[in-house]
Amino acid sequence: MARMKFLCDADRCIECNACVTACKNEHEVPWGINRRRVVTINDGKPGERSVSMACMHCTDAPCAAVCPVNCIYTTADGVVLHSKDLCIGCGYCFYACPFGAPQYPKVGNFGSRGKMDKCTFCAGGPEADGSKEEYEKYGANRLAEGKLPLCAEMCSTKSLLAGDGEIIAQIYKERVMKRGYGSGAWGWKTAYRETIES
Amino acid sequence: MVCLARFARLVIGTGVLLLLISAASPSGAQQVNPTASSVKEQQLLQELNRIQGRVSIPDQRSGVLEQPAGREWREFRNVTLHWIGGIAILGMLAALIIFYLSRGMVRLQSGRSGRTLVRFSSFERFVHWMTATCFIILALSGLNITFGRTLLLPLMGHEAFSEWSQWAKYAHNYLSFPFTIGVVLIFLMWLAGNLPNKVDVAWLKRGGGIVGHDHPPAYRFNAGQKAIYWVVVIGGGLVAATGYELMFPFYLSGIEGMQLAQVVHATAAMLFMAVMLAHIYIGTIGMEGAFEAMGSGTVDVNWAREHHSLWLEEENARTGANDARTQPSAAE
Repeated sequence: MARMKFLCDADRCIECNACVTACKNEHEVPWGINRRRVVTINDGKPGERSVSMACMHCTDAPCAAVCPVNCIYTTADGVVLHSKDLCIGCGYCFYACPFGAPQYPKVGNFGSRGKMDKCTFCAGGPEADGSKEEYEKYGANRLAEGKLPLCAEMCSTKSLLAGDGEIIAQIYKERVMKRGYGSGAWGWKTAYRETIES
Repeated sequence: MVCLARFARLVIGTGVLLLLISAASPSGAQQVNPTASSVKEQQLLQELNRIQGRVSIPDQRSGVLEQPAGREWREFRNVTLHWIGGIAILGMLAALIIFYLSRGMVRLQSGRSGRTLVRFSSFERFVHWMTATCFIILALSGLNITFGRTLLLPLMGHEAFSEWSQWAKYAHNYLSFPFTIGVVLIFLMWLAGNLPNKVDVAWLKRGGGIVGHDHPPAYRFNAGQKAIYWVVVIGGGLVAATGYELMFPFYLSGIEGMQLAQVVHATAAMLFMAVMLAHIYIGTIGMEGAFEAMGSGTVDVNWAREHHSLWLEEENARTGANDARTQPSAAE
């Protein structure tokens, strides 16, 4: 079984935001929610750096550990998914998440956070693969169709990599070897407790 | 001659071409890192324990790229809080059971006089019971968030447990408003009687008469009741303030502030519940004649004499004649 991971090669990210747009469109993500975003550190200054970030599908995911109703689970592929039918919108996962992935639609007045929404690694949810219910709640299930997440698939500079952790780490290592530098896999230490030595 | 010139041109041309190629393709040793001066992840995390930047989407809060502090919060929520809650609540229950078994109910030593005296007005009782009802529902729905996954989920199953937790969350959010109003009213209406004074020191020195059959003098509220009052006011204020911070995310603080708010909210609530268990005990099975103060609003004169002697004197002085305001109690 694969262990799905994201890797953003920050030396290649040009902050075009195509991944953000692709994700919103592919999954019809509700207004006000962005499952993926590009953060630019030191914007406009020397040493500027852009990183594309979404749910990292952590090993021993903190969101799943703190969920009071245990609605978050890890699939056999290492993808962290959740059930919107079971979610009570309490906000605990978003206190625990190191990457700001869980978000809540504002569906009412105070206190009525809607069902949590986050990146699914284009793997849908607990409903039957490719069903209408699954699409409405979680968006497309590309993984079930044998495709990888759209954000990475259409990244213009191939900065964002998605797929089996070992394979994308190998691709990244080869790049670093060839070009002679690399700023490391952003978020990997926090998410997977490991880094890619380069 | 032509041949030589042609050869020379070829040699020079090849040499220039080789020079150009070698200049265009850098060898491994001469590679330049165009982002060498850029920020490094580990360095940023070490400095601030969070990485923040700018985003071009409208949600500016998503500019926080990484904040591993959630890990400490997770440890608190999943481990520390369970110990705090378990020790505080089960410890208090155990202590009360042991106390009840060894001491039993504090009886009225002189029996009932048959005459009663108004202790709490209907408004005071309304505020008390409104706050108390809200408190119990808030406490149970709060405990559900902390312990439900471990204790109830295996019994109820995923769907039923989520349904119940959803309603518990709504109750928790909406009942916070009457609860907060109740705490504010309690603060205002009983403040005068709950300022500490010298009588409290003497009362505390005699242990409040909790052990044995001592009855140290007290005004309307003794030192123990004053402690309950301040726990309700300060504890209630803390849980309300931190609760609203969590209920309205990002109005007051970012995620790191909400993590802290949850720690304060949950810890204060667990201790609050433990103290309220003791309050419920002494107001019901712990002491004869105590519940009716908040039930019917009147107490027996002998109860007032034994537990709040100075208050009884005050009441008598205020109404003129000795025992003037006391009337035969209505048959209940």
